[in-house]
Amino acid sequence: MKVLVPVKRVIDYNVKVRVKADQSGVELANVKMAMNPFDEIAVEQALRLKEAGKAEEIIAVSIGPTQNQETIRTALAMGADRGIHIEAPQDIEPLAVAKLLKAVVVQENPGLVLVGKQAIDDDCNQTGQMLAALLGWSQGTFVSGLEITGEKAIVIREVDGGLEHIEITMPAIVTVDLRLNEPRYASLPNIMKAKKKPLDSQNATDLGVDIAPRLTILKVEEPETRAAGVKVANVKELVSKLKDEAKVI
Amino acid sequence: MSILILCDHENGQLHSTTLNTVSAAKQIGGNIHLLVVGDPSGKVAKAAASIGGVEKVLAATNKALENKLAENLAPLLKSLAAGYSHIMAPANTTGKNVMPRLAALLDVMQISDIIKVIDADKFQRPIYAGNALSTVSSSDTTKVITVRGTAFEAAEENGSAAIETLDSAEDAGLSIYMKSELSSSERPELTSAPIVISGGRGMQDGANFAMLEKIADKLGAAVGASRAAVDAGFVPNDYQVGQTGKVVAPDLYVAVGISGAIQHLAGMKDSKVIVAINKDEEAPIFQVADYGLVSDLFDAVPELEKELG
Repeated sequence: MKVLVPVKRVIDYNVKVRVKADQSGVELANVKMAMNPFDEIAVEQALRLKEAGKAEEIIAVSIGPTQNQETIRTALAMGADRGIHIEAPQDIEPLAVAKLLKAVVVQENPGLVLVGKQAIDDDCNQTGQMLAALLGWSQGTFVSGLEITGEKAIVIREVDGGLEHIEITMPAIVTVDLRLNEPRYASLPNIMKAKKKPLDSQNATDLGVDIAPRLTILKVEEPETRAAGVKVANVKELVSKLKDEAKVI
Repeated sequence: MSILILCDHENGQLHSTTLNTVSAAKQIGGNIHLLVVGDPSGKVAKAAASIGGVEKVLAATNKALENKLAENLAPLLKSLAAGYSHIMAPANTTGKNVMPRLAALLDVMQISDIIKVIDADKFQRPIYAGNALSTVSSSDTTKVITVRGTAFEAAEENGSAAIETLDSAEDAGLSIYMKSELSSSERPELTSAPIVISGGRGMQDGANFAMLEKIADKLGAAVGASRAAVDAGFVPNDYQVGQTGKVVAPDLYVAVGISGAIQHLAGMKDSKVIVAINKDEEAPIFQVADYGLVSDLFDAVPELEKELG
């Protein structure tokens, strides 16, 4: 079975984002970028499937500007076998990404697509579900447990009230949540080896997909900041403030 | 304009975020219809019909919808879509699972997790874990929207809408519900509790959460946790407050042994009053706290319990 792992290049999660002065978006110039942390978990899960003999080949795919090839190299350094880069604008929407991924699925015919449940930049939480819809495949979302047995897989989903177990039919889309695994670091020899792994690049326009945006961003602004309050000296003072001043208990 | 809202519910109880979603729909304007699925007792449909401003409740009784599987629910929503300008759901795990699947079937771009309605086409939503707010305008004919419950008031339950039964669903045969492991608790549900007390890595051990539970029981509060506490295995993931967990905005939020990482603040910074108890004076949580207590939580928490009587 081939496993396709879409990986997104986003601002590193440790970086404090800044809104541009003209309110057109957030500042991306000279900002440290990294693989979306949820996608790292997806790559790790694919590697574990391969190590368990359940997957033969892992293909990392990334959609965006040329720099996204760095993100693919990160996946290759972790252990993915080859990469596909699809050249597209930085701010491409999830619907368009899902359509491009569908084109890749048709070309590559994977048995499983593993992807992060959301990207930490736009926080949309859409791409996996949309891809499943476009392919007519089953979906296991927000997954913290995955057991594949032939034509079926059992996924454990993180839902509001706890956990849900469902059986999905393969091929399937699985979107991964934080607790599925802890991604490995790429070792230096593997980073060197990754440079020689195959990485194919195509242009989004060549895939015959309409990627025109449906949403227009009118304004991006900073949220109102919350002012720091007061320090209280002890528990007694805290309780009296909550009772008499804030009146919340 | 007509708006269809997918109701969320659990254990036969209408989830309160449905009421918030109705308020968001009212701000858009138009006839509001609610869809209830997976409600064999009819209790949820009845509760939905009592929400003020709702014209009609559609109760889909087909067995294929019982467990709200996205593969079966999205096609039903699609079959209803032609009659509606907006299709909305609370941004809970059900809505997040189903709505993008619907959006792709309709070939529209979903607007996730809105916190403000500007008009029928324009909405504000948080990005980068709430560190920036984006106002977007949609050109799609049907707007598929998920709504952040804490950003809208709850609609009043003073209505009496008609309930219509629907039986037109099919089992796509792609997935089978097996079982749920739901956390059972006598305490209020995290996202709708008036008071939330959360523990972080500073709690040191899952067993120490019992200290917070005692206080929660005195205050009628829900117990939450930071991602660090969940990652460390102290408590299950459904306790998690933050960017990747639940978003809460109670009247009082008490953060105990939580440093205040951006990802955590994203989930609680709209709380009315925030209290932080942390022994590290420099912890970022104090920058958003209305009342900060610099103290070892293992001294402060038992004392707090005593003070509350």
